[in-house]
Amino acid sequence: MVALLPSTGAKAQVSPQKRSRTGYFLLLPGMTWLAIFFAIPFVTLFLTSLQAPVAGESGQYVPAFQVSNYPDALMEYWPQFLKSFIYAGIATALALLIAYPLAYFIAFKAGRWRALMLVLVIAPSFASFLLRTYAWKTILADEGFITSFFNALHLLPDDRILNTSIAVIAGLTYNFLPFMILPLYAALEKVDPRLIEASNDLYASAFTTFRKVTWPLSLPGVVAGTLLTFIPATGDYINAELLGSTQDRMIGNIIQTNFIEFRDYPTASALSFVLMAVILVLVFTYIRRAGTEDLV
Amino acid sequence: MTLNRPETVAAIAGQIRTSVSRRRLLQAAGIGSAAMVVAACGTGSEGSDGAADSGEAASATDLSDTEMIANWSNWPLYLDVDEDSGEYPSLVAFEESTGIDVTYTEDVNDNNEFFAKVRTQLEQGQDIGRDLVVLTDWMAALWIQSGYAQKLDKSLIPNSVNLIPRLADVNFDKPRDYSLPWQSGFGGLGYNIEALQAATGKSSMTSMDELFDPALKGRVTLLSEMRDTMGCILAWKGYDPASFTDAEFEEAIAELTKQVDSGQVRQVTGNDYIAAMESGDVIAVIGWSGDIFALGDEFNFTLPESGGMLWTDNMLIPALAQHKKNAEKIMNNYYDPVVAAQVAAYVNYICPVQGAQAEMEKIDPELASSEFIFPTDAMLNETYVFMELTPEQNEAYERLFQKAIGN
Repeated sequence: MVALLPSTGAKAQVSPQKRSRTGYFLLLPGMTWLAIFFAIPFVTLFLTSLQAPVAGESGQYVPAFQVSNYPDALMEYWPQFLKSFIYAGIATALALLIAYPLAYFIAFKAGRWRALMLVLVIAPSFASFLLRTYAWKTILADEGFITSFFNALHLLPDDRILNTSIAVIAGLTYNFLPFMILPLYAALEKVDPRLIEASNDLYASAFTTFRKVTWPLSLPGVVAGTLLTFIPATGDYINAELLGSTQDRMIGNIIQTNFIEFRDYPTASALSFVLMAVILVLVFTYIRRAGTEDLV
Repeated sequence: MTLNRPETVAAIAGQIRTSVSRRRLLQAAGIGSAAMVVAACGTGSEGSDGAADSGEAASATDLSDTEMIANWSNWPLYLDVDEDSGEYPSLVAFEESTGIDVTYTEDVNDNNEFFAKVRTQLEQGQDIGRDLVVLTDWMAALWIQSGYAQKLDKSLIPNSVNLIPRLADVNFDKPRDYSLPWQSGFGGLGYNIEALQAATGKSSMTSMDELFDPALKGRVTLLSEMRDTMGCILAWKGYDPASFTDAEFEEAIAELTKQVDSGQVRQVTGNDYIAAMESGDVIAVIGWSGDIFALGDEFNFTLPESGGMLWTDNMLIPALAQHKKNAEKIMNNYYDPVVAAQVAAYVNYICPVQGAQAEMEKIDPELASSEFIFPTDAMLNETYVFMELTPEQNEAYERLFQKAIGN
C-alpha cells in the first residue's frame, strides 16, 4: 500500500494502471528476499523430510514420498518435543512476570531515567548470545554464590543448579527477556495516564484499575512479547546444550544430532517441519483466544 | 627454545578457555550450515553415484609450482604457538625455508561436524578448498574408502620413514599410502586431585569403578566421542573394545544408560569438559590425555586398570586439493624429528615420529621421559584401538550411544 502513495503533481497524468505496476516493482526486493531465504529453503526442507534412505549406504538419501518419516520421528522424539514446549512455556511465563513490572516502571515511573533504563535492557544484547549463556555457567557454578545459597536452604534436589532443568529454564528466561520487555514497554507507554487517573477518581482500587484499565490496554504488548519469547525459546538448543544435562535435551538438540551425528536429514527435516507446524497452530490458537488479531 | 612448563601450561589452559567458546560459535553456525546441507541434499544424493564413490580420489591440476600456498585445517590447540605473537613457530620456520604461504585454520572441532560441513562438495566432486586436513582414524578410514583422500607421493615426503613402526600398518590404509599420523592420544580417566580427595578420600583414580563411585554423583562427565567413552566401558565390562559383538556393545550401552539415568553422569560433552573441570563443577571425567596435562598440576590423567583407549589423528589430502605438493612438503616438515619434538612439547600428545624423543631431550628432558608423549610398550598394552566399524555398524552404534546420552 505504502508503495502506491508517492505520486507528485508532476506525474499526475500517469495512468492508474502504470502506478499500480510501480507498486509491484517496489515489492520485488522483498519478495525476492522471501523467495530465496524462505520459500525455497522451506520447499527443500519439506522435500528432504520425505526422502528415503539408500539401502546399504549410510547417510545417503533419494527423493521419495516417505510420509512415515513423520510418525517415526514423532514416536521416537515426542518426549523432547514435550519438554521443549514445557521449558519454553515456563520461561515465557517467568519472563512475563519479570518483564511486566519492569516495563511498567520504565513506562510510568522512570521519568528522566527512562532512556537509560531502556538502554540497559538492550545492553546485554551487544555481547554474543553464546558468551552470555557461557557466563551463566559461571554464575550457576556448583561452588558459586547462588548455588551455595540455595543449598544452605536445602532447596535443590540435586544439590546443584547448573546442568539441571532449572538452569535451562533460567537461561531461556534470561536470554529472551528483552523480547518480552520491549513490546510490553511499547504497549504500556501508549496507555494514556489520564485513563488510570480517571479510574482512581472513580474509586477503583489500584488492583481493579490494573485489571480493568492497564492490563487490557497492554494486551497487544503481552501477546507480542509472549510470542517473541516463546517461539525462539522452543526451538533453542544452546541453553540446553550448555546449561542442561543429558536429561534436558530439547528438540533443537535432537535436530542438531540428527543432522550432524547421524546425517539423518529426513528425520531432522521432519522434526523441523513438525516444530514449525506446532508453533504455528499454537500461535494461531493463542492469538484467536486473546482476541487481538487486529492488535498484533 | 626452552619451555617453562608451568607457564606454558597456564597459557595453554588460557587458550583452551577461548577455544571452547570458539568451538561453540562454530556449532551455532552449524544450524546455518545444516540448513545449507538440507538445501544441497536434493542434488547431493544424486551426485553420489558419480566418480567420487568408486574408491579412487579425483585429483586436480596441481597448482603448487605456480601458487606457493597451502590451506591446512586442523583441530584447535594442535600446533605449537607463540603466545605473544599468536604465530606458530614451526610453521613460520617452514614458510621461511620453503616460501610456501600456509593458511592454518583450526576448524576441525569434531569429526562428524567437520565432515557434515564438507561432505556435499566431496560427494559432488568439488574442491573443498583445503589441501591438508587432520581426521581421526575412523573418519580417515571413511574418507579413504569413499575416495575423498588422494594418494600421497612419498618421494616428496622422505621423512615419512620416521613414522614409528607401530603406526606404519593400519587396516584402513595399508601401507599408509593415503595418510600419515599427526598425533595420537589416550582416552582415559582425568580428575581434579584435590576435589577427588575431598569427595572420596582417595588421592588418585585408577579404575572405572571409582569414576562411577556414588560419592561423585553429578560431578562426572563423559566424552561425546563414542569410541572413547564406549571403549572404556566395554573394557571395564570385560570385553575387548577392539573386537566385540553387538550384544556386548548393547550391554555396555545398558551400563552407560544406567550411569546417565542415575544422575552420576552430569553431561556428555566434547571439549567443554575442560572448562567444567577448571571451574570445579566436574571432578572426574573420561577425557583426552593432552587436554588434562594442559590443565595443570592440580589435575591428573591415568589409564583405567581395565584399559584405556588409543586413537590417532591423521593428515590427509582431500580429493581435488589444488596444492597437493605443498601439502606433502608440510607433511615432510613435520616428520623431521626436530620439528616433531617442538610440536609434541606444546601439544602433549603422543608423537608419531621416530627420533623426536632424542630431540625432546634437548628441549625438556622431563617431557622426553613422559610416557604420555613417548609411551612404553607396557603402557600401550594397557590400551585398545576401537574396532573398525562398517558404515552401517557405525550408524547403528552411534544411534544407540546418542539415545543413551539423551539424544
